[in-house]
Amino acid sequence: MSAETTPATADDVSLYDVDNPAPVIEAPRKRTKKTPKSTRTNFELYGWLFMRLSGIVLVVLVLGHLLIQLVLDGGVTKIGFAFVAGRWASPFWQAWDLIMLWLAMLHGANGLRTVINDYAERANTRFWLKMLLYTATVFTVLLGTLVIFTFDPNIR
Amino acid sequence: MSAGTLYRGREGMWSWVAHRVTGVLIFFFLFVHVLDTALVRVSPEAYDDVVATYKTPVVNVMEYGLVAAILFHALNGLRVIAVDFWSKGPRYQKQMLWTVVGVWVVLMAGAFYPVLSHTLHTLFGS
Repeated sequence: MSAETTPATADDVSLYDVDNPAPVIEAPRKRTKKTPKSTRTNFELYGWLFMRLSGIVLVVLVLGHLLIQLVLDGGVTKIGFAFVAGRWASPFWQAWDLIMLWLAMLHGANGLRTVINDYAERANTRFWLKMLLYTATVFTVLLGTLVIFTFDPNIR
Repeated sequence: MSAGTLYRGREGMWSWVAHRVTGVLIFFFLFVHVLDTALVRVSPEAYDDVVATYKTPVVNVMEYGLVAAILFHALNGLRVIAVDFWSKGPRYQKQMLWTVVGVWVVLMAGAFYPVLSHTLHTLFGS
């Protein structure tokens, strides 16, 4: 498997002949039984691009959300069930919150995936931390989506 | 030798560190925030109860901290996009960071009263 190093000689004559062949250099990323075909995709490129594109949209959606919820009209004082009911009566704010939920969760999940890959050194730790992350992300996105679509202002 | 010795320090590294830290904090808040908002499907009282915690002075100050984290992450994120896509971005990354810090300070000063007015009125009267 490993290439044998040919002993170097001082003179300029060829180091290799029939009895002393040049070392075999294995092709990089050679396919083995464990990885029979190429597993390389452009996933990380699309992830990188998604962070930037979703980031631009989130700047507008999240800063607008903060402005409405925490700054305008008395800040946090006004927030309550009635305020939520008033806003979600409009399909515009439902769509705003739905897009913000999906983009923010996917943006955050991909960011945390990067952080886990960077700092969790053992393969097992990495795997389980990411499973926990993906489970929490899917749960949160589905729960939030369900709440926006099934909100009932007359629940009482 | 530890794995950290390759870092170069200064604006480039510290803005990257701050971007990570604020990003992780915002993600954890987002998780909690979706859960508390989901209480509108339980009952108006359950939702109003949890929102009452958001109106206590301690949590209100944490909201100001959340605004600080989100504003930095948003502004520095735009700087990262400029570094990646603008041909002169890498050359001006330091100047752009100090612009981010300047805009952040102005916006944080502007957000101080509106965000904390609830606590200011609770503690010192209106």
